[in-house]
Amino acid sequence: MASDNVIQISDNEFESKVLQGDLPCLVDFWAPWCGPCKAIGPVIDELAAEFEGRVLIAKMNVDDNPATPGKYGIRAIPTLILFKNGDVVDQITGAVGKTQLTELINKAV
Amino acid sequence: MDKADYQLVIIGGGPAGLTAGLYAARARLNTVLVEKTTLGGQVLITHWVDNYPGVVDGAAGYDLIEKWTAHARRFGLETRSANVVSLDLKNSIKILNLENGDRITARAVIICTGGSPGKLNVPGEKEFTGKGVSYCATCDGPFYKGREIAVVGGGNTAIQEAVHLTRFAAKVTVIHRRGELRATKVVQEKAFADERIEFILNAEVEEIRGGPDGVEELRLRHRDGSVSSLAVTGVFILIGVVPNNEILPRDALELDEYGFIITDTEMRTALPGVFAAGDIRSKNFRQIVTAAGEGATAELSAEHYLANMDEQ
Repeated sequence: MASDNVIQISDNEFESKVLQGDLPCLVDFWAPWCGPCKAIGPVIDELAAEFEGRVLIAKMNVDDNPATPGKYGIRAIPTLILFKNGDVVDQITGAVGKTQLTELINKAV
Repeated sequence: MDKADYQLVIIGGGPAGLTAGLYAARARLNTVLVEKTTLGGQVLITHWVDNYPGVVDGAAGYDLIEKWTAHARRFGLETRSANVVSLDLKNSIKILNLENGDRITARAVIICTGGSPGKLNVPGEKEFTGKGVSYCATCDGPFYKGREIAVVGGGNTAIQEAVHLTRFAAKVTVIHRRGELRATKVVQEKAFADERIEFILNAEVEEIRGGPDGVEELRLRHRDGSVSSLAVTGVFILIGVVPNNEILPRDALELDEYGFIITDTEMRTALPGVFAAGDIRSKNFRQIVTAAGEGATAELSAEHYLANMDEQ
């Protein structure tokens, strides 16, 4: 993985690291076969560096972790969901640009 | 003449834009390619490309775009992630207004904004988008493992993706409003040979119905006037492309009845110094290779235009 600032999370860790985490968390639901997901990879890395210490940026591989995507009704990827204090603040589906992703993250900051 | 920020600005980073960008970089033109999401355009959501000359064994859409991007970067193409919200193309200095308030000026512009998946515009379509209605088989296919789904369309995209979807779905029903498919014969053959694919021709989707868990059935109207119901949990609408023309000055540019930009064979639009390439152009056939060819032609046309302007 390109960036150390982006953490990979699994179904098991979701509750503790995302819902109960201190910081707001943007979760990027992706899969290796998804072109647009890979295309936004570099932007996610950049955002992780820019928001370090303020927002946690995490990625979840939906092939390996079916439970969490199912729980949030995800049937299209990439889907990025912004969590704060255990709740969904907002979400975006599709390979959008950095401006839109930054706007999304700023809703929780 | 007043100075512009750039000699050339390319709007859109799909195959047309990236090829124009590659050529512009090699021509050492002061250029920037502006893309609002990620580079690649519709190729990014194409699972597999088997008809691009030179790519003998085929390639995933994403991998093809990686190569194109690397190629353009090798010659130093500058790209910018930004959303153009309005254009002023009337004068010799063209103005592009960006969403964040910035402004870029250029002496020539190539419009490569491309197309987006067309919609059926039937009841239920909007409500169930993301919950069973999809416009991208590559993106969403895996969410339908073992299910029965439908594909609407009869061209290459629809039939190719129908075949791709059989890796996940238990059954794929292709619905097309004509009596014959439009897809390339080789593609059709593959689909006909697959037991998991069924065809309902001469029929249109009248309504998409479902419940809290998403899509449950499609109501179809057949050519003879009869109506039937098809039980599916997913429907992939792959009927063709609509132009991304929201920001274009429609009164100044010549557009066809569907909203695509009309150009001559050198990619020149009705406005001097303004060119168009790729799916945004008015034409019958939209392919990756034609977009690339048009991107190169547009850049060469733009170079010619700029050289002539300098001489005056």
